[in-house]
Amino acid sequence: MRPEQQGVEVAVLVSVGRHPITGRARRADQDARGLELALGLGHQLPGSRVSLLHAGVLDEASEASLRGYLGMGLETLTLLEQTEGADAIPALAEHLAAAPPQLVITGARAERGEGSGLLPYALAERLGWPLVSGLAAVETVENGVATLLQALPRGQRRRLKVRLPAILTVDAAAPAPRQSAFGPARRAELEVTPVAAEPDRELAQWRLAPARKRPKRLKIVKAASARDRFKAAAAKAEGGSGQVLEGVSAEQGAEAIYKLLKEEGVLPR
Amino acid sequence: MSENRRRDPRREWIARNRLHPEHASVLAALGEIGGGAAASEWLGPNGVIRRNPRAIGFIGPNGVKRIDRSGAQQGGQAAGGTRQAAQDSRRQVTIEAPAFLVAVVPDLSGGRLSGHDKDLLGLARRLADADPERPGAVLAVVFGEHKEDSFGEAGIDRLLHLADDAYAGFAPEARLAALAAVERELAPRHWLLPDSPLGGADLGRRLALRLGERPATGVWQLEPDVGSPLGWRCTARGAAESLDIQRPLPRVALALAECAEPVDETRHAAVPLSLAEAIPSALSRIEDLGQVAVDPAGVALAEAEFIVSGGNGVKDWDGFHYAARVLGATEGASRVAVDDGFMARHRQVGATGTWVTARVYLAVGISGAIQHLQGIQSCDKVVAINLDPGCDMIKRADLAVIGDSAAILAALVAKVEQQRGGQRDAA
Repeated sequence: MRPEQQGVEVAVLVSVGRHPITGRARRADQDARGLELALGLGHQLPGSRVSLLHAGVLDEASEASLRGYLGMGLETLTLLEQTEGADAIPALAEHLAAAPPQLVITGARAERGEGSGLLPYALAERLGWPLVSGLAAVETVENGVATLLQALPRGQRRRLKVRLPAILTVDAAAPAPRQSAFGPARRAELEVTPVAAEPDRELAQWRLAPARKRPKRLKIVKAASARDRFKAAAAKAEGGSGQVLEGVSAEQGAEAIYKLLKEEGVLPR
Repeated sequence: MSENRRRDPRREWIARNRLHPEHASVLAALGEIGGGAAASEWLGPNGVIRRNPRAIGFIGPNGVKRIDRSGAQQGGQAAGGTRQAAQDSRRQVTIEAPAFLVAVVPDLSGGRLSGHDKDLLGLARRLADADPERPGAVLAVVFGEHKEDSFGEAGIDRLLHLADDAYAGFAPEARLAALAAVERELAPRHWLLPDSPLGGADLGRRLALRLGERPATGVWQLEPDVGSPLGWRCTARGAAESLDIQRPLPRVALALAECAEPVDETRHAAVPLSLAEAIPSALSRIEDLGQVAVDPAGVALAEAEFIVSGGNGVKDWDGFHYAARVLGATEGASRVAVDDGFMARHRQVGATGTWVTARVYLAVGISGAIQHLQGIQSCDKVVAINLDPGCDMIKRADLAVIGDSAAILAALVAKVEQQRGGQRDAA
């Protein structure tokens, strides 16, 4: 192996998640997937170092959920301690700029707070690094260039090349995270560094409320006559305009199906 | 010909009497006079409009008179006329000197405006048309080649089409540079993007941070609000869909699908626009190497595009698997096939299995239990191969072939292989 391939330095940004049903603090799903991806990369390129980074409050609930990441097989986590409601972006940007890793991996969006998914973009803009979203896998890292697979809808993948250092975000297409082991999680260390906290004033002014159910869109019928309105209201959604080929040979049937598949463009080239 | 209209009471009487032997011929004669159809309304001898309520309607298949007051069934011509009227009922709107611009960057997935894009344009129209005295114009920035020809109907006043190879594929940096150039030159008051993964969600966040704005993401509601800087207040989803955030509308907003009703009453000009200064080429650190061929068997059933699904009617399972491989399709199965052990449990389609969203669903030997039909509700095209012409799957299918599934699949495989072989020979 060439010396360029001797591993990369990966920082995984993790957050405190929220269980969708109970609302309890937990390890965030997307961040855990990011960590899984980083650990897989460490396995693939020996000598890689994976570090965990979190900025936020340290209390009982957040410590428990942060230890959930440590239980996946890491010994330490760097915690930039801030007060409640502080903006994490400046602290993280400063920390990353001071000791820049080659790759920063994080989940696409947080499960608490604003959850706008802006943090990786803000970091990329501040640090001037390229950003790739919706990552599915890291194929290779060599000579300061990473080859990545980006997840597209419908299970498709796109191959990208990005120059390091870079920020990568993962969502549900990334590999599922491994289970967190309780003992190693208890034994692992949190390296706490208090940092200056800049309160997020804008967020404090907004009105936050539990999500309301979104109204379902009504089917608006613009009909000139009562008959059309009645038909629209009473009609079933069934299409019923299907073509039925009966009493044809297998070749003719196959021909018709082939034509349809060709029109839809689902056959591989 | 005299002005006086002559009446023939006998003929009228015959025309009213359905049982009269001359009824048909008299009706035809009256119809000729009335200009094609039996007249139900005419000018009387004293210059008064007379109506014959019995002339309307038609004799139904059972000899019973039916009256259709919608006017839809009065003949092909009339129906065509009403359709024409429905098309023309859109009001043409041209905004010459807009007070401000609302910029929209539609995704144009597949080269056409998606439903999400149209909703977003509806939202843009709300912002632009709020003050009828000083209307704004909706500017759409479109990247790359497209197949859309109804930009005006979707509510676009100005269209900036940037068809350069640099914007093709995943090119966020080049697109961002173009949007920054638009900002410099046209300075829109609002920027709206769809909050769709890999489309507007990515580009919108980059744009907002480049403009130094804190965007509203996941916007689904918009209300006028005098106290806000832009006069609007928005409600956005936050914290993994568990929170509603109400805040003043910022300059850049990323909206969810169904954030507004799409435009359907007006038609807009969609005037092509171009930028005066050249867009500076961005330094690209991300290189798109194109799509990767994925193994269809590895694609999750819920997101597969093309599914070949087998049921109780499949007897030749080896042939079925081979066909799925040749067609490049993901395999699915009905509950019976899974219970009988021919397919794995995670391949089951339907209410108790996976709800699939395939574009093409090829159901082989599946009769279509209601639980199965529920599972394929959101499929676009359903093709059925079945022996029983009366089963429910045939009713649901867009194309149904009645016959032996093994023979038809084999013929289909042969056809595909032959085509592929032909291409290889030609190449």
